[in-house]
Amino acid sequence: MNLKPETINAIDALIPRYPEKRSAMMMVLHAIQEDIGCISDEAVRWVAEKLGVSDVEVLGVVTFYPMFRQKPLPQKHVKVCRTLSCAMRGSHAVHDTLKEKLGCQCGQSEDGEFEVEYVECMAACDGAPAVMVNDELFENITPETAEAFAEKLKHGEQ
Amino acid sequence: MSVQQRRIILRHIDEPGYTADIDCYMKHGGYATLQAAIKRPAADLVQEVVDSGLKGRGGAGFPCGVKWRFISPKNTKPVYLIANADESEPGTFKDRQIIHKDPHSAIEGIILSAYAIQAKQAFIYIRGEFPMGAKILMLAIEEARAKGFVGENICGSGYSCDIVVHRGGGAYVCGEETGLIESLEGKRGYPRIKPPYFPAVLGLYQCPTIVNNIETLTTVRYILEMGGKEYAKIGVPNDAGTHIWGVSGMVQKPGYYEIEAGKATVGQLLNELCGGPLPGRKFKAIIPGGISTKLLRFGEKFKIKDADGNEKEIGVEDIPLSAPGLMACGSSLGSAGMIVMDDSVDMTEVLANTNAFFAHESCGQCTPCRYGSLWIAKISKRICEGQGRLEDVDLLKSLADQVEMRTVCALGDALAWPVQSSVNKFRDEHLAKIQAQLDGKSLEPKQPWSLVK
Ligand SMILES: Cc1cc2nc3c(=O)[nH]c(=O)nc-3n(C[C@H](O)[C@H](O)[C@H](O)COP(=O)(O)O)c2cc1C
Ligand code: SF4
Ligand code: FES
Repeated sequence: MNLKPETINAIDALIPRYPEKRSAMMMVLHAIQEDIGCISDEAVRWVAEKLGVSDVEVLGVVTFYPMFRQKPLPQKHVKVCRTLSCAMRGSHAVHDTLKEKLGCQCGQSEDGEFEVEYVECMAACDGAPAVMVNDELFENITPETAEAFAEKLKHGEQ
Repeated sequence: MSVQQRRIILRHIDEPGYTADIDCYMKHGGYATLQAAIKRPAADLVQEVVDSGLKGRGGAGFPCGVKWRFISPKNTKPVYLIANADESEPGTFKDRQIIHKDPHSAIEGIILSAYAIQAKQAFIYIRGEFPMGAKILMLAIEEARAKGFVGENICGSGYSCDIVVHRGGGAYVCGEETGLIESLEGKRGYPRIKPPYFPAVLGLYQCPTIVNNIETLTTVRYILEMGGKEYAKIGVPNDAGTHIWGVSGMVQKPGYYEIEAGKATVGQLLNELCGGPLPGRKFKAIIPGGISTKLLRFGEKFKIKDADGNEKEIGVEDIPLSAPGLMACGSSLGSAGMIVMDDSVDMTEVLANTNAFFAHESCGQCTPCRYGSLWIAKISKRICEGQGRLEDVDLLKSLADQVEMRTVCALGDALAWPVQSSVNKFRDEHLAKIQAQLDGKSLEPKQPWSLVK
């Protein structure tokens, strides 16, 4: 596993801030996922050794939390809120449009650039329908504007 | 009389030129309260919070000062403070405003509270889907550390406390305080079996731990600035202070509005502040305080007591925006995230959408919730898809009744309440939909798109 030196430094700085090493688990996993795009089997073993727990304890955490992924993330991970306030404002139609326009009907787009996924409420309900692309939040992506939004994503304008 | 906001927590938020950095915060009087209060005995600060009558803003509304006093005076173990910034209750987006736009007010509140309970260390558990929020908080903590407000020997008082920002992983159940603690210990976020009922007895690493919502802790900063007794004068008996109402769904102006408790009605909030219903629509129902609170239907009548103790009959629009007001009408304040439905919305789909949420978020640890949530979701989905049976309506209610109060954590209750209230209050709509299906009528959803997938 090839973690960037910055990632390893960040992880080494993180762990001693917790009274118990194991507590750093989620933050370490986030750091790794940000670096290499997923939590691979190798990463699981690495974290287990680093935090002094068994592999299966790390795997248990990885599989419990929806945000941790065992397969590589696409370059642009598009998350559409499916919960009530967004749904009433048309988020399901937005989801379908984005999937189609970004070529993600069967999971990731062929070039591996995009993936469109449903998530639950992202605490941005006043801007429904809410969409997140990687770390960035976009509000009021309506069924009417979804196609234009997809075009912008494809051309790297957003 | 038109209704006014009373901005205490949101005092400067959205003011032109107000930024999240420490210089701006200090120019507006920030950290002065900390510098003064840290010279006082810790027990005095707890007393101020008790006097203020502040109740938790995380959903359950538990009195904050009372919770703090659950830490045994004989305790010798380290004490921890956790700010709950998981903000995952659908319809709620108030904590986001504080974290993104006024992070130092939260940090000052956290350090003041940590000092009051003599915490060894504080944590902010922030939901995983707030990556920006986490960065903003981390930066703010470093700014505060550089000025001596966080870390070693705070303001020269001899008291030291660090704040660690900890990111969640997208699981709703980690908002529940014991699930959160497990998660912070680096485990799956399975809520703990009670008793002990309060982490103040046994919490993080089996040490006394106070978990408070981040808005609650931010409020502590304002309470200590104005004094507990002064704060208690704001609002109504049994509900001191202000609430940040987050309104979403079918209104003209969704958004957040900070209102003194009990000083406005549901109708004033929705019609005056939120600009009323969308063009040509009428309000149909609200979920007042986050998706797990009980639904209220427009047209329903409630009996409540006015200030003089006389009973009167009111409709949804007249319900006072306060914990006692909503409780008197059979629902609750929750996290003050109000979701609004109008007459274009199909209530069977609303329920199916809600049920799908809980089925997805159940941690699966206890049988009534794991099984009940899936079964309930399946039934309400089949009603929406044209496979419903007339007896399904009662079956939904019966299943919800069997989940309620029988689970390890309150997620079980949270999933039961919307089902019970929706089936009670929109029984006819559910039955009509099923009957139409049985009669072979086509099922066009009222709104142009379906709410269930
Ligand atoms: C399923 C579930 C989810 C919860 N989610 C949150 C949350 O996102 N944020 C929060 O502050 N409290 C949440 N709570 C309430 C917490 O358990 C706890 O009561 C609260 O953080 C205490 O803070 P307070 O006393 O300041 O309100 C949740 C409770 C349950 C049962
Ligand atoms: S009630 Fe549901 S979420 Fe809570 S512990 Fe039981 S299974 Fe998990
Ligand atoms: S319902 Fe979509 S962000 Fe809350």
